[in-house]
This record gives sequence, structure tokens and C-alpha cells, in this order.
Amino acid sequence: MRSSTTFRKTDAQSPRVAVRPWAIAFWLLLWQIAAMAVGRDFLLASPVTVLLRLWALLRTAAFWSAVLYSTARILLGFLLGALAGGICAGLSLKWRRVRELIAPLHAVLRSIPVASFVIVALIWVPSRNLSVLISFLIVFPLIYAGTLGELERTDAKLLEMARLFRMKPLRRLIYLYLLPALPAFANLCATAVGMAWKSGVAAELISIPAGSIGERLYKAKVYLMTGELFAWTLTIVLLSALCARLLRFALRRIAARLERM
Amino acid sequence: MDVILREVCKSFGARRVLDRLSWSFPGGQISCVQGPSGCGKTTLLRLIAGLESLDSGEILGSRDKKISAVFQENRLLENLTVEKNLLLTARPSFTRTDARALLDGLGLSDTAQRRVHELSGGMRRRVAVARALAADYELLLLDEPLTGLDGELRLRVLRRIQADLNGRTAIWITHDADTTNLLGTPVLRIDLLRG
Repeated sequence: MRSSTTFRKTDAQSPRVAVRPWAIAFWLLLWQIAAMAVGRDFLLASPVTVLLRLWALLRTAAFWSAVLYSTARILLGFLLGALAGGICAGLSLKWRRVRELIAPLHAVLRSIPVASFVIVALIWVPSRNLSVLISFLIVFPLIYAGTLGELERTDAKLLEMARLFRMKPLRRLIYLYLLPALPAFANLCATAVGMAWKSGVAAELISIPAGSIGERLYKAKVYLMTGELFAWTLTIVLLSALCARLLRFALRRIAARLERM
Repeated sequence: MDVILREVCKSFGARRVLDRLSWSFPGGQISCVQGPSGCGKTTLLRLIAGLESLDSGEILGSRDKKISAVFQENRLLENLTVEKNLLLTARPSFTRTDARALLDGLGLSDTAQRRVHELSGGMRRRVAVARALAADYELLLLDEPLTGLDGELRLRVLRRIQADLNGRTAIWITHDADTTNLLGTPVLRIDLLRG
């Protein structure tokens, strides 16, 4: 059973070892040495090559257009998945029948590989919107199960207190359910948005919609432009990390606002 | 209106906690329930509050009443401020000024904006008392409200509760005779059941 907690920065981060600059430098150096040992950029591009390629890409309109194209679709899929997962978790907490109804769907979504989804979905969904659907399908079960688990941990003694004091339903929702669950929900969203990026780009790589990051990755692979391939990969990693940070920030602000209500 | 217990029985599994307990708590004043640990004092309070169901018997005079309580545990929202804890369950007319005055009366000056988890055990207990007094109630149930308090502070909180009642009914659980002596009210003594 969980006692009531509100959002705190320390709560929002799972215990993990901080990434130190010296460790990053070590791995970059190792990568550089390995690339120099291989001696061919198309087999293993060096960090310097990747950074130069990324810099060159950053100065093109096509880069920003692809970033915008993919980000919009992947984030849309994520937001729809998070919203649906959160709402379904709330409904499942309230009504057992809803939980029973969702259980098979959740089990299927959780276990089917992304590639299978993509191939099946390509039959019905235009390739340009596939990443929205795939991100949604990946995010939904993650947010659903995590949120439901958090809501179930709501302190029964506090609920009893709220009942005795005839606390208003909206206040119960905010102070007994939402605020205590927000730190874990933020962690969940940060993980889910990372998964959305991975699955969304994978979907684009298979469906190859024109103007997407997936298409650029595909072309870089086909033409053995390993530097560009790595540069796009680095871009995806950075975008994913940025989205996770922005989400945490937004949820912290929401928590602070809720607390003042 | 009196709170009347008639042949109240309550068991948890095979363990009988209350056996055909009958009593009348007079309305408009404080009554005490005293007894050793595990004798069913808290269970009785929970039955009166409607938080547990009776096995048999009946309780009259508490059903449709607005109840406020100090639980055995504080049951506070630990990461919210003291003031917020009070305001969340307070009567509609209760203002921030009232909150500060109430907190002052309980020796909790300058704690209104502090988060509950920053407070000591004794301070938290007094916040739980303050929350109960801030609520809109006709019947006040107090489960060892002075736990963790000592000396003058005990007396101060006790007097503050007495002053707040203003003709309303209160049932006060305690295991110590000092409190019942201080209150000078009728006492229901419950003994530990065997088996």
C-alpha cells in the first residue's frame, strides 16, 4: 500500500547510475579507435564523421521537415495511447467488467512483435499514418498496466478517511488518486515515449513513407551512408530524450497546479 | 441525540471482538470508551462510524449524522501542506484564517504552510485533531487523539477539543485513566474477550 505522495523530482526518477561525462568520453574514444582500426566509414563511421554529417544535415530544410513529419506522428500516437491507456485504467479500476474486457486485448498487444503489427496494419492503414497507429499500440498497454497498478496502490485508509469526511469526488480524484500516481505516471510516460519513438521509426522503416525519418534511415542504409545512418540514429535518440524531458517537465507543472487547486 | 448500542456483536473470523455490547452515549457531551489493547475499542468506533458492518445488534443515533474523526493513525496527506489538509475536508465556511486560529490553539503556529511529512509525530497528531475539528460534524469520534503528546500539550489539546464541541456529541477512546479523569465524563469500560 502506498501513502499519499505528490510529485517530486527525486520521486520521478528511478534509482539509476548517473551518466558521467568521463564515461561518455571513454566510449566515444573507444568508438573512434574502433572506426580508425576498421578504416572504412561505410562499415563503421567514426564519431567525428557522424557529428560532421549531423551538422551538415542540421543545415538542410529536408532534415527539419523529416523531423517534424515523424515527431508529429509519433507524438500523436503516444498521446492517444497515453490518453486511452490512462482512461481505460481508470475505468478498469472502477468497473471489474471493463478490466476483464481489456485483459485479452492487453495480453495480445503486449506480446505481438512490432514488425507483425506493422505488416498487418500496412494492409489497412496508409504508410504515412502507420507510425501513429504503431506508437499507439505500443504505448497503450504500457500506460494501461502501469497506471492501473499505480491506481490500485491508492491508500485504502485515506480513501476511508475521505469517505468519512464526505470529501468531494473531484478532490478525491485529484488528491487521493492523481497526485500520488503522477510521479510513477511520469516515469511510465518517459519510458513509453521512448518506446513510441523506437516502434514509430521501425514502422516508418518498414512502410517507408515519403519525407519521414524512417525513409531517410532506409536510404542511408541502402546507399551505405553509414555516417548519415548514425547521424539520423543520434537524432532519434536526442528527440526521444527531449520528449521524455518535456513530458516530465509538463507533468511536474500539472502536479504543481493540481496541488494548488 | 444519544448514540445507543444494542446487543452489538462483531467478530473477525473466529475471533469475537465485541459480544452483545449495550450502552448509551449521551448526546451533547463527551463519553469515554476505555479498555486494554485489543479489546475492540477501535472496532466499536468504526462500527459507530459505519466503516465496519455489524454481525448482529444495532447502533442507533449515528447513522444519518455528520461524523468527524481522529483515526487511530493520522491518515493525513503527507505531501500536502497542513493548511491544505485542513481545507480539503473542512466545513464550507472554514477559511484560511480559521485554519490559522485553530492551529494556533493547538500549538501549531507557523505550520500552516509546512508539508505534513516535515512535521514531528506529535505535530502530525495535532494536525489530525485540527482536521477533525475543522470538519462539519454532529458526532466526533476520537481514537486516542492525545497519542504522542505529553504534559501541558495533552491538556491544551484536550481543552481545545472540549471547547470546540459546543453541545455536540463526542466519543473518546482512550486506554489511560488520566484522560478519563481529566474529562470527567461517563466511561464505557470494555474488557478483553477470550476465545
